[in-house]
Amino acid sequence: MLSASIAAAETAGKAVAASGWFLENAWLIWLFPAVSFLLILLFGKRFPRGGSEIGIAAVGASFVFGLITAIQWISEVEGAGGNGAEGEYALGAGGLAAAEGEASGGVGALTRSITWLTNGAEAIGAGIMIDGLAVMMIFVVTVVSLLVHIYSTDYVAGDRRYTHFFAFLSLFTASMLFFVTASTTIQMLVGWELVGVCSFVLIGHWWEEKDNSDAALKAFFTNRVGDMGIIIGVSILFFGAGTFDVIGVNEAAINGSMSHTVTLAAALCLTAAVMSKSGQFFLHTWLPDAMAGPTPVSALIHAATMVVAGIFMVARLYGVFFEGYAIGGSSINTLALIGGMTTLVGATLAFVQNDIKRVLAYSTVSQLGYMVMALGVGAWTAALFHLFTHAFFKACLFLGSGSVSHAVHSFDMKKDMGGLRKAMPHTYRTFMIGTVALAGLPILSGFWSKDEILVGTGGWGLFGGTGGNGAYTVMLAMGMITAALTGAYMTRVVYLTFFGEFRGHGTPHESGPRITVPLWILGSLAVVAGFINFPAGFQLVPASWEEKFLQWVEPVGVSYFPSIAHATPSWTLAIVSVIVALIGIGAAYYYYFVKVRAVSPVATELPDGPTSRSAVARLGHRILVNKYYLDWLYTTVIVGFVKGPLARAAYWTNQNVIDRVVNEAGIRSVQAGNIVYHKVDQLVVDGIVNATGKISDSSGEELRRIQTGKVQQYAAIMFAAATILAGIFIIVI
Amino acid sequence: MLLNEMLLLGAVLFCIGVYGVLARRNGVLVLMSIELILNAVNINLIAFGAFHDNVMGQIFALFVITVAAAEVGIGLAIVLLLYRNRRSIDLDQVDLMKG
Repeated sequence: MLSASIAAAETAGKAVAASGWFLENAWLIWLFPAVSFLLILLFGKRFPRGGSEIGIAAVGASFVFGLITAIQWISEVEGAGGNGAEGEYALGAGGLAAAEGEASGGVGALTRSITWLTNGAEAIGAGIMIDGLAVMMIFVVTVVSLLVHIYSTDYVAGDRRYTHFFAFLSLFTASMLFFVTASTTIQMLVGWELVGVCSFVLIGHWWEEKDNSDAALKAFFTNRVGDMGIIIGVSILFFGAGTFDVIGVNEAAINGSMSHTVTLAAALCLTAAVMSKSGQFFLHTWLPDAMAGPTPVSALIHAATMVVAGIFMVARLYGVFFEGYAIGGSSINTLALIGGMTTLVGATLAFVQNDIKRVLAYSTVSQLGYMVMALGVGAWTAALFHLFTHAFFKACLFLGSGSVSHAVHSFDMKKDMGGLRKAMPHTYRTFMIGTVALAGLPILSGFWSKDEILVGTGGWGLFGGTGGNGAYTVMLAMGMITAALTGAYMTRVVYLTFFGEFRGHGTPHESGPRITVPLWILGSLAVVAGFINFPAGFQLVPASWEEKFLQWVEPVGVSYFPSIAHATPSWTLAIVSVIVALIGIGAAYYYYFVKVRAVSPVATELPDGPTSRSAVARLGHRILVNKYYLDWLYTTVIVGFVKGPLARAAYWTNQNVIDRVVNEAGIRSVQAGNIVYHKVDQLVVDGIVNATGKISDSSGEELRRIQTGKVQQYAAIMFAAATILAGIFIIVI
Repeated sequence: MLLNEMLLLGAVLFCIGVYGVLARRNGVLVLMSIELILNAVNINLIAFGAFHDNVMGQIFALFVITVAAAEVGIGLAIVLLLYRNRRSIDLDQVDLMKG
């Protein structure tokens, strides 16, 4: 395998010879970091830079391969005239069985698989499934991973487990790439669990502090709850569709060969998995705690890539979800509801956090909610477009917060930050870009994707028909409220971190180039990423620039993807959503930049703020500080309820039943033991043992004589025995 | 068909080989006797192969010859080391395993 990847790396330098080579060999993309993981783990410490150079080289190679794969995919799609012709792929040679993405009208996914294991009559395949979705995810994962690798060489420099850190970054990248290129649900399950393990390891990177190892365990256990969902869901899909193939499963769901009840059951189980992995309400509680890990990990795993695994899974198995939840039917479904609730819950909780990373974590929860909601209302492309843009601006924000904490050695905005605008100009500017993109102001990337989700709800139809998969007015309202809240909490973060006077100790300095360059790259991507999907009918750009993302990523006219309706974009909706976001920003601006600053440049809140004046506000604040009492519910109520009475009952049983039994048993045992000792042990057992020893001893003396040590005598005995046995054999037969 | 004669030749060779293995004290001669045994087997294989008009017998014989060559290589190396350590290749003196 290693030699194969080396040979492939050699050809990487040359021009692409055969069209589609990179598409067909996309498994190399995850192989690089997988090999790098082993290399770093085994030899990393012997390298001058502690193994980080291997990781960067491997992820860099994956990035290049991913980019060429993307270009080839795009040329396939463009060559097919958008969605007109079909993509036909020849059978792969050399034992590779090739299955074809059913191509009827659109460009089908390219799948290559080998039989991984055969269980009875069922052959379980493993392979790659490359289509627009996979290519997009490969791009996001490799870009963010590469930048995070570079960033980490400065951020965790001098750490005692530096090599270990890079090894697991590599493993994570490999697992995530394996997951997004998976061609079977079993493979997805494997990738899903692998990224979970990497998340656990990296959250607990500084496990010497109990908080960190607790957070790692919490993340792991919360994810286990959802993992049960994916295991059951995949099993249901197998028994319903009779295959583990992603394409086969989707087709079975869409063409109705799998009954609706089965599809719905599978969709519900998989939704549980999405809730845990993608931090959806009410299993989101692990995600903010996961910020105990190093900041690059938060940026890569808990903002840009791993947490969108759930979104990806829904997108990949969209046939199951679309049919199971009858998304086309405009009744509010579980997925849309969970997403909508999450986006509100996350946004409100972000207001009361003092830890900058936790604010961003809740913001991630909220944005993931946006994506799930978009998938729930049938705005498939909008959800993935938001995933795409969100990865860049949220990674930018996280790495920015890491840069700040690198300078002030803390994450506490109220105690140790403030006024960093002048000290850290690069961090400040990139953070502002990220903030504006997150708040969804034009023309940055977040605006385009968020707006597309709002359009996709179709709820705008109330004000004059824009189509879509139905009128999800409630979801539109939730999305709008969140837009305002997002602007507001990000304004709060920006004020507390970069404005006013510095409240910490020492003099903060701007971070080095290995931190600021990735920040600027991500910041630039956060600006331009939105331009690849101008809405249809957008008058300000040429028509050929419109909806490129949709054209490249969304499978159209293929049998494994449901036919979804697209909402028509509307100027009024865009303007209203911007106004809503500006209202949120304006309110927070008035509160922090005007009123709080008037109190004192080091103030972080008003002395007579609403919480001290109004009981309702105090109650609300307390609920938010306690995170809607969800942690309390889990640890005290659920665990406590199970634990308390159970423990008491167990104690009583222990004292009155088991102890008595044990005591009685003990006394009887002693009595019995005495009898046994004198009668059985001394006479019978010892006698037997002694006799055995004596017999062995004397027979050994006799047998010793034939043990001459002469090979030829042994051979003679062997031949004699063989002859005798042969004679017996002949006589008996 | 000379099958019987061939098998007889094989049996005679085998017996000579067994005698050599059991009775000779010189390590090299023991190895040569083992070769005789193996070649007795080869003769049987080829004889039966020819009798059944089946090429498998010859293929097996070729494999046996290959393995025999390897075996002699190792065997001679052992004898050589024996000689270096004891200045003798008399197998009767090699009785370290005496119980």
